[in-house]
Parts: sequence; structure tokens; C-alpha cells
Amino acid sequence: MLQVNNINVFYGNIQALHDVSIDVQEGEIVTLIGANGAGKSTLLKTLSGLLKPKTGDIVYLGNKISGKPAQSIVKAGMSHVPEGRRVFANLTVEENLELGAYLRNDKAGIAKDMAHVYELFPRLLERKKQLSGTLSGGEQQMLAMGRALMAKPKILLMDEPSMGLAPLMVKAIFDIIRMVNAEGTTVLLVEQNAHMALSVASRAYVLETGRIVLSGSAKELQESDEVRAAYLGGL
Amino acid sequence: MEWLQQLVNGISIGSIYALIALGYTMVYGIIKLINFAHGDVFMIGAFIGFWAISRWDIGFLPALLLAMVICAVLGVIIERVAYKRLRNSTRIAALITAIGVSLLIENLMIFFRGAQSAVYPATIENKAINVFGAQISSLSLLILGVSIFLMLLLQFIVHKTKIGKAMRAVSHDAEAAKLMGINVDNTISATFAIGSALAGAAGVIFGLYYTRIDPLMGIVPGIKAFIAAVLGGIGSIPGAMVGGMLLGVVETFVSAMGFSSWRDAAAFLILIIILIFKPSGLFGKNTREKV
Ligand SMILES: Nc1ncnc2c1ncn2[C@@H]1O[C@H](COP(=O)(O)OP(=O)(O)OP(=O)(O)O)[C@@H](O)[C@H]1O
Ligand SMILES: [Mg+2]
Repeated sequence: MLQVNNINVFYGNIQALHDVSIDVQEGEIVTLIGANGAGKSTLLKTLSGLLKPKTGDIVYLGNKISGKPAQSIVKAGMSHVPEGRRVFANLTVEENLELGAYLRNDKAGIAKDMAHVYELFPRLLERKKQLSGTLSGGEQQMLAMGRALMAKPKILLMDEPSMGLAPLMVKAIFDIIRMVNAEGTTVLLVEQNAHMALSVASRAYVLETGRIVLSGSAKELQESDEVRAAYLGGL
Repeated sequence: MEWLQQLVNGISIGSIYALIALGYTMVYGIIKLINFAHGDVFMIGAFIGFWAISRWDIGFLPALLLAMVICAVLGVIIERVAYKRLRNSTRIAALITAIGVSLLIENLMIFFRGAQSAVYPATIENKAINVFGAQISSLSLLILGVSIFLMLLLQFIVHKTKIGKAMRAVSHDAEAAKLMGINVDNTISATFAIGSALAGAAGVIFGLYYTRIDPLMGIVPGIKAFIAAVLGGIGSIPGAMVGGMLLGVVETFVSAMGFSSWRDAAAFLILIIILIFKPSGLFGKNTREKV
């Protein structure tokens, strides 16, 4: 469904991604793990059109999307839940969700998906008229996910959804990720919490200083010594 | 009852400042630029209205509408030609460019029609209406009515429409807005269009009220509207409305107390006091930002 072929991405003169290639099949949960500054967010931003690769290309559902503007990528069914949630704090919960459906015009479909998001996250329903800046971190993560789901994505890119959340909330978020995936949405999950990420994913890539250094099934990586030492807190 | 009369005058003059201030505050909210050419868009609006009423004889409301449309287009052209390419450069570069655009508009206007002032035709009959014993000018009430209608319309656009929500989203986080599929460039242009249309409307009602217009007429109301925006809290739409009205009332009372030569000084005094004691303004968020 998504193929990334040898992309090189720069910030000015600094190269953040070196010859990165990954692929994601329809229906999968694929995770990308790596330490701070490895280039995980850079990769997601390049996929969603916020950054342009200097060389290499990205093919999504048979179409080349590298270099296309972010809005056409959203329109094609790829939604990105950014690192740090980035909810629109000055807007209400409901308005945030409406903006998630910005490119859609099917009123009935939007209403139905909004109801579904509220079903997944009942806390958002209770707070729908509240300014989203006043939500807790976990609630903001729910909102960021719900907002992305409102675009009716075929693939969801998630950047560190567990960041800064208490273990119980992390578990709740990961349950939702599984549920969304079971409903047919493909997921590309970026995490530093390798333990959680490998437990939901079918396959994984490890990114180190802008290069893919390991890849394989989640199970293989969970058992690999390198991953255990570096990302799972020792043996 | 004289004070009631002065209050109504003050509020209606203030509502002109408020209309201009809205453009400053909306543009600042979305791209963090003080658009110093905004007062000149107001001037162009006044002239469009003047020509529409005196030469083309189309009446007040159509003239108002025409001025708003032309100013909206002008605002978008200014943004696309002068500011868009500076979005990633330093703020001072954009600020200097804005001053340049302002001088350009003023001098182009002088070049094409001369610097002399023009007298607005009295299309609207101005009579005194007796309200609780106070003599209130019908023109003041008209100005107030038009301004309040436009502000309510703006509130509706900003809070209830798709483009309004996009504007608020972009002003909070442009990158996250892109991830929603919002076209940030178009949203910024829409903000300029709306702000400039309001300035155009302010120009026409200013012309009706003060009757004299000239190519440099935008400078002082422009600065006062900027003060109103800072007073209300730059970036805040209700702030600009309240700030403008307050400024108008203060000025009117300063004049009414016999200090009319101090009227402009009062505005600057307010600016200084605000900058010292509450730089975020009445409705602003409590973050200090240098302009
Ligand atoms: N806007 C930017 N300008 C310049 N360099 C940047 C920019 N954003 C990221 N970088 C650099 O690119 C590299 C990769 O950053 P990135 O944010 O992709 O890392 P990450 O894997 O997401 O890290 P984290 O886990 O901390 O979020 C880092 O060295 C970072 O300093
Ligand atoms: Mg990151």
C-alpha cells in the first residue's frame, strides 16, 4: 500500500534521512522505533507532505506522492497524528473534530464518523464544547487521534502517541489503535516505547541516526539482542 | 443628557477604529505581521466609496459593498505580491516591507489624483434624533448600525463557517492545519480579504462622517486602530472591537471636556500605559512578543 524508496531528506544542509526504504501492506500495523533524533518524525512528515525528499520517491496506492502538497495526501486517505498532539487549543473539541473532516463534503458520513469517534472516546463526547487546550494530555491524544480519523483515512500515521502519558492511558490508547486497525485502517506507528509498539505491530523497522538499521517481524525484533539491549531496557 | 450624546458619538467613532483594528488583529493572529499598509487600504476604501457615490451615483449601500470588494481584492494582492514570499524570513523584513507597501499606496494615489482632499457628498441626510432628551445624530447611529452588523457577520464567519474555523486553526498551528488538508495559503489570503473589506467599509463611513478625505488620511486612523488592537490584545477579535470602541469613547470625552487638542495624545498615552502595565492587552494571551 505504501512504499518508500531510498529517500534522502534534508533540513538545510543537514541530512536527517539517509536512503530510507520501508513498505507497509494494507491492513498491517507497522512500527518504526528509534531513539531521540533518529529521524522518525522526519520520516512521517515527509510521508504526509510537510517535507519534501531531495531524492527517492514515495508511492502510495500506486501513485507517487512525494513532493505533493499535504492536502492532496490527506485527500488520498493518509492522516498524520503529529508528535505532541498539536490539537487546536483555541478551538473546541467538536471544532477540532470538524476540522479533521475539512476536505470531506458528505454531511451524513461526517456525522456518522463523528458519532463513531465519540463512541471510541466517550471522554471527548463529555467535553465536546470545551476548549481543547484545557484537556489533559491523554484526552488531547484521544482528540488528535479522533481528529485524524475524521478524515476517514486508509492509513494512519501516528507519532509517539504514548509520549508523556501514564501507563493506564498508554494502554487505553494502544487498545484503540488495535481497534482502529481491526476496523480496516492500516497503521504506521512511530514509538520510543518499543515494548508497547512491538506488542501491537506485526512488523517493525529500527531507525538510527537517519538510517534503517534493522527490520523484521515484531516477534523477531522483540527477541533480537540488539533491540533488547538498546530499546527494551536490557535483557 | 449631553454625556449620552457624547457616548454615542464616541462609540460610533470607536466603531470605525474597531473595524480597522479587526484587520490588524486578524492578520497579526495568522502571520504575526503588523500590516502597516492596512491604513492605506482604508484610504482606498474611502476613495472607492467617494467615486462610487459622487461620480457613479450608486448610493450608499452599493458604494459600501463595492469598496469592500475592491479592498478585499487589494488586500489579497498585497499579501500575495509583497508578504507571501517573506513568510519564512525575519519579522523585521516583513515589517519594513509593510511600511514600503504603505508608502507605495499613498504615493501612487497622490501620483494619480493629486494630494488635495476631496469632500464626501452628503448622500445620507443627517438629522438629530431625540433619544431620552439627548440629541443623537442619525449618521452616528447609521455608522454604529453598519459597524455592528459587520462585526456580527465577522463573528459568524469566524465561528460558524469552514473558512473561519480554518483561519483559527492556521493562526494557532499552521503545520497541524496542513495535516487537516487545510490550504494555508488560501486561508491567509482569505484573512487578508476579510480584514481589508472591513477596512474598506470603515473608509466609506469615515468619509461620510468626517466628509474630508485625502491620500494620507489612512495614517492617523491606521495608527489609532493599531493602538485599539493593542489595547484589546493583538490577535484577539473581541479585543479589537472593544479596544476600538473604548478608544473612540476616550477621545470623544477628552474633546468634550475641552481638551480637543489633546485628543490624539490621549490615544498614545493609552498605548504607553498598556505597553507598560499590560502588554498583552485586555483580551490578549499573557505572552510577551516583540514586534
Ligand atoms: N526543523 C528542523 N530543522 C533542522 N533540523 C531538524 C529539524 N527538525 C528535526 N531536525 C533534526 O533532524 C534529526 C531528526 O529529527 P526527528 O525530529 O525526525 O527525530 P525523532 O526521531 O522524531 O526524535 P524524537 O524521538 O525526539 O521525536 C534530528 O537530528 C533533529 O535535530
Ligand atoms: Mg519525533
